[in-house]
Amino acid sequence: MSSANSPVLHWEDTPVPCLEGDTALEALLRAGIAIPHSCRAGACQSCLVQAKSGAVPAAAQQGLKDSLRAQNYLLACLCRPEQDLTLAPPGQGVRIPAFLTEADWLSDSVLRVRLAASEPLGHRPGQYLTLFRPDGLGRSYSIAGDDLELHVRRIPGGAMSNWLAEAQPGDAVTIQGPAGDCFYTPGDPTQPMLLAGAGTGLAPLFGILRDALRQGHQGPIWLYHGALNERGLYLTTELQAMAAEYPNFAYRPALLDRDGPLPELISRDHPKLNGWRGFVCGDPTIVNMLRKRLFLGGMASRAISADAFLPATLK
Amino acid sequence: MPTLYEQLGGAPAVEAAVDLFYRKVLLDDRINGFFEGVDMDRQIAKQKSFLTMVFGGPVSYSGQDMRRAHAHLVARGLNDGHFDAVVENLGASLAELGVAAELINEVAALAETTRADVLGK
Ligand SMILES: Cc1cc2nc3c(=O)[nH]c(=O)nc-3n(C[C@H](O)[C@H](O)[C@H](O)COP(=O)(O)OP(=O)(O)OC[C@H]3O[C@@H](n4cnc5c(N)ncnc54)[C@H](O)[C@@H]3O)c2cc1C
Ligand code: HEM
Ligand code: FES
Repeated sequence: MSSANSPVLHWEDTPVPCLEGDTALEALLRAGIAIPHSCRAGACQSCLVQAKSGAVPAAAQQGLKDSLRAQNYLLACLCRPEQDLTLAPPGQGVRIPAFLTEADWLSDSVLRVRLAASEPLGHRPGQYLTLFRPDGLGRSYSIAGDDLELHVRRIPGGAMSNWLAEAQPGDAVTIQGPAGDCFYTPGDPTQPMLLAGAGTGLAPLFGILRDALRQGHQGPIWLYHGALNERGLYLTTELQAMAAEYPNFAYRPALLDRDGPLPELISRDHPKLNGWRGFVCGDPTIVNMLRKRLFLGGMASRAISADAFLPATLK
Repeated sequence: MPTLYEQLGGAPAVEAAVDLFYRKVLLDDRINGFFEGVDMDRQIAKQKSFLTMVFGGPVSYSGQDMRRAHAHLVARGLNDGHFDAVVENLGASLAELGVAAELINEVAALAETTRADVLGK
């Protein structure tokens, strides 16, 4: 494309040079504008911005809830401007103040964080929110229940997870959301359900599980929690107690060093998954393997909901 | 004259065929290597375009688009045998869905028109 008809990008009133092939995020960052960002792949929603004028490319609104779409919000990392576009930071009400109420360790490496927000987030357990530190750093976390319960794995050298590990009750954050379609939908209370994930992939699954049981789901619910070894599991006591209370719920801790790879274990337990509903969450590589395995087992592609915990990328 | 796409049942028929077809492709050792490591959501969306296209439905891919979409696969050795395998899986999926043999032949003939572009000949 010649520069004569290249689209012109503005950040509020400031023109921002946009090279061919640039995403709006790349152009804004190069111009020194501090847009929060993490995954650069449309998953974390930390790069949310609002279009004040110009045509919003449809691809840039992928995964946004309807109310945000209607207000011309878009994800800067997915936006390749096709026409002139004026962008601005999110307006009032999109990001809401919250504070830490509680933090405790569920295992050596998994911290449970509870937040209280200044207004209800209106989420379903299993969806995720984007959490911003006071300095603007943003990361996504899945919501494990009705209240804002998060399970955060401490990553060596990780900016947000280590900050949360040191944070104190009362510390202020900002949250945005909810997002994602990993949540229980009533409608077929007898449909068999399979929930699978490794590590803190348990967070959304735990939320979905509790939601389904509370809503009286009667079909079998199998929860697979994968870990390298015993030390990677958490909430085992709670999950065993729930399995004892609900005869339709089966809890399967899956240890790589004892049970082999999680997808194979699931295939051995359930060679046929036709008619099942599936949720897979956590590490992106494991999520992709699980999703493929459930699909090949006979689960319909539209019956599988997946949340891959994409890490922050530098480029 | 209704298009083949309409005769087959339009978008819902494509929906049903995609899962069946893609599952067969992923299980077929002759060709599943080409689909390894591709994000499933994206791939399913593309399978939809693929089927809509060979059903003669409302998707506009030019020969150039087909060349571009498969060029990296041709570089990895995509050949006539792989092409035949895909058409075979497609026919088997449609047969499983109860599509009449003559319609399946029409689909195969439509797919055939893309062979040179897909294989970069
Ligand atoms: C939709 C969504 C939902 C998510 N839900 C959760 C959740 O419920 N619980 C949760 O703990 N996380 C979740 N994540 C991941 C989370 O957003 C952060 O990426 C994670 O907490 C690391 O952030 P950090 O700032 O501590 O590390 P960073 O400072 O971003 O990373 C530090 C270094 O560690 C590497 N790294 C990042 N993640 C990993 C990893 N998993 N394993 C090994 N190395 C890594 C990075 O590449 C980098 O080199 C989710 C992500 C997405 C997109
Ligand atoms: C029968 C003729 C074929 C038609 C009509 C066809 C059509 C298509 C279409 C429409 C796309 C999506 C392009 C896009 O949106 O980017 C696509 C992508 C793809 N096709 Fe084909 N295809 C054919 C044959 C094959 C064969 C024989 C193989 C390999 C065995 C193959 C493997 C792929 C793969 C792997 C992609 C995804 C590429 C990527 O995203 O990396 N196709 N095809
Ligand atoms: S959604 Fe844009 S950076 Fe994650």
